[in-house]
Amino acid sequence: MSLPAIRIESVTKRYGALQALDGVSLEVAQGEFFGLLGPNGAGKTTLISALSGLVRPTSGTLEVMGHDVVTDYRCARLKLGVVPQELVFDPFFSVRELLRIQSGYFGIRSNDDWIDEILVSLDLRAKAEANMRTLSGGMKRRVLVAQALVHRPPVIVLDEPTAGVDVELRQGLWQFIRKLNRDGHTIVLTTHYLEEAEQLCGRIAMLKAGRIVALDRTDDLLRRFATHSLRVRLSNPDCVPGLGGSVEVGNWASFRFDTYADVEPLLARLRQSGAGVEEIELGEPDLERVFVEVMNRA
Amino acid sequence: MPDSHYRPVVSQWIGFRTLLYKEILRFWKVALQTILAPVLNALLFLLIFSHVLDRHVTVYGDIGYTTFLVPGLVMMSLLQNAFANSSSSLIQSKITGNIIFMLLPPIAYHEFYGAYVLACILRGLFVGIGVLAVSLPFVDLAFAHPWWILCFAVLGGATLGTLGLIAGIWADKFDQLSAFQNFLIMPLTMLSGVFFSIHSLPKLWQDVSHANPFFFMIDGFRYGFFGQSDVSPWLSLVVVSVFFVVLAGLTLVMLARGYKLRA
Ligand SMILES: Nc1ncnc2c1ncn2[C@@H]1O[C@H](COP(=O)(O)OP(=O)(O)OP(=O)(O)O)[C@@H](O)[C@H]1O
Ligand SMILES: [Mg+2]
Repeated sequence: MSLPAIRIESVTKRYGALQALDGVSLEVAQGEFFGLLGPNGAGKTTLISALSGLVRPTSGTLEVMGHDVVTDYRCARLKLGVVPQELVFDPFFSVRELLRIQSGYFGIRSNDDWIDEILVSLDLRAKAEANMRTLSGGMKRRVLVAQALVHRPPVIVLDEPTAGVDVELRQGLWQFIRKLNRDGHTIVLTTHYLEEAEQLCGRIAMLKAGRIVALDRTDDLLRRFATHSLRVRLSNPDCVPGLGGSVEVGNWASFRFDTYADVEPLLARLRQSGAGVEEIELGEPDLERVFVEVMNRA
Repeated sequence: MPDSHYRPVVSQWIGFRTLLYKEILRFWKVALQTILAPVLNALLFLLIFSHVLDRHVTVYGDIGYTTFLVPGLVMMSLLQNAFANSSSSLIQSKITGNIIFMLLPPIAYHEFYGAYVLACILRGLFVGIGVLAVSLPFVDLAFAHPWWILCFAVLGGATLGTLGLIAGIWADKFDQLSAFQNFLIMPLTMLSGVFFSIHSLPKLWQDVSHANPFFFMIDGFRYGFFGQSDVSPWLSLVVVSVFFVVLAGLTLVMLARGYKLRA
């Protein structure tokens, strides 16, 4: 069993009366693409900040690649790259200056080859000499990603990296992050775009009010929580409530069921009731539904 | 890159040096405001005060007022700019949020402290040398004990740089910082004997001045020029050193605990 990339054990964080983290335990294996989801204020950023040393946990321990983030912070921070949620930047410097300085903070003297590589990958080369002030919001966010990568951290945490980023860039960014993941980097991601999380993350933790309310492989979550749906357009939808469905506009009705085996009997009953099926749509389970379900149950 | 494949060449000194470099670059890039403006300021003080007072006042027997004034002005500018450097840098980083770029890397708190304070000393020295340079045409200044001059310049810069760090860490807003500056730093510098020898003051005010550490910084600094001062330079050295060590200790504790920087 190799060392986990991230180990979080019984972490709590109090802000006065507010319990921002309430006993979070979590392990992320090396090489995983891990999603951290939850509604606003769930504690995602607080957890990431505790991992990166920006926030001191009230109790509990956190490790990055086996290094405790408090007692062995130098090693822990060298192994961790964090893309912060807030769009922060230093208006005094150009993109390249900033990346050089950031490399220096991590103890790396000459890093220009790698910096150039990051700039190309993030499509920032044309802006390398531009002052940070002159960049657009999306470009600033890309610089944040670049800054998190200067020291080639084996563990990369991205706190809503695609907020305010256009479609093209989002695609590019995910391509790049996926490549980093394939090269062996462990990725932890928070996002409110559940579709993104579903496509990218192998495993997902859902956080609510500082607690983990679901933690599983993405596939298993989809299987376990989500139901399939069948939408039908009917010539006569009167029978729908009796069959456990719900009526929507335009004579559409939708039914939920657990397995595909339930579809045929349902269609048979619709026929028997004289509903007159005119159109059929099958809905796949999606993460959004899982999310809503988990949050409601928790 | 998996852990086993890649180990960047990492030296702890580079983090400290880069932070120092960044802090120097930060004021150097806007030298017009951070160095030239205070020099011009001091020059105006010099012109006005010397015009008004030079013929009427002599100090330490035969030293003309303007001559007496110059070392005080140099030190005052040095101290104020050392303070301004760390305090404004830090509060800007806090307010814009880019402080996290210094908190995420493996930089130790004492390295953080050292880098900020060294940059303050440098800015103070630049400003001090600038003020001295523009003043020299107006006065005939001796440099009786250059080592005392340097010693107090560095120690004063370090002390005010440290005070600036404390203010920058403590303040959440710019107006809190300016309150710190206006209600603490300015009065203490102005009442420290920049513009007068405290022997010219009533006994009560002399005693009050002796409770002001800034008085010892300026008095010791002035000794380096004239070989004469209100109190012994050794006494000043001890007082200023103790003051500095106490402040540095306090700042290091604040930084080590992450006071106001790490939630
Ligand atoms: N410095 C702080 N002081 C006081 N309360 C805080 C502080 N930082 C966060 N909180 C509170 O802790 C809770 C968790 O915040 P956090 O930023 O971790 O949420 P999040 O899951 O990242 O939300 P979002 O999706 O909006 O980014 C919130 O109620 C927030 O108000
Ligand atoms: Mg957040």
